[in-house]
Amino acid sequence: MQVLYFAWVRERIGLPREDVQSDAATVAELVEELRAREERYAAAFSDLSALRVALDQELSEFTDSLDGVREVAFFPPMTGG
Amino acid sequence: MSIRVQSDRFDPGAELNAFSAGVAGAGAVVSFSGLVRDVDGGLQAMEIEHYPGMTEKALARIRDEALARWALADVLIIHRYGAMAPGEVIMMVATASRHRKDAFEAADFLMDYLKSRAPFWKKERSSSGADWVTARDADEDALKRW
Repeated sequence: MQVLYFAWVRERIGLPREDVQSDAATVAELVEELRAREERYAAAFSDLSALRVALDQELSEFTDSLDGVREVAFFPPMTGG
Repeated sequence: MSIRVQSDRFDPGAELNAFSAGVAGAGAVVSFSGLVRDVDGGLQAMEIEHYPGMTEKALARIRDEALARWALADVLIIHRYGAMAPGEVIMMVATASRHRKDAFEAADFLMDYLKSRAPFWKKERSSSGADWVTARDADEDALKRW
């Protein structure tokens, strides 16, 4: 699946998107896999309350299933308007 | 029922006139424009990042929700991304209805949802560095009144 990062999450991890091969069943499991990779991922995902997730461009929850999902995006709370 | 996401500047006065001309029978038009604010005099630039694809979907959903809740003749949403200077227009919404209450409430609703449900992120650049704007709890709380 494609994993996208925006705003300070993108800056902390150092890239805007990447292809991730994962068997994670939920967003939370995917986050655990990413955290275990490298320090920059652990830093970006250290506080999930400061993050939001979108699955196939729909705002979602960390407990949601990744079944059939092609695009996962992580970002801080939005500041539009 | 226009939604535009663009980096180019736009003239909110001209947009409002064109919008109003298209809804002449409506009777009431409300508009809101958001500008780059320079609170302490040190802001050099604002940069707005967004999530192409999701942004358009989120804005369409917010607009559709407004159309379902109020009797609106038309809705306009324009939101910029990219770099802008203090005082520049970031975004605008306009609503048209037969009576003013629908247009006022719908515009207020659109702004509350744009703030925390449309995937935009603001970064402020000043002489002391660059910082991402933090979402305020009050913005999230504002959604509860709808």
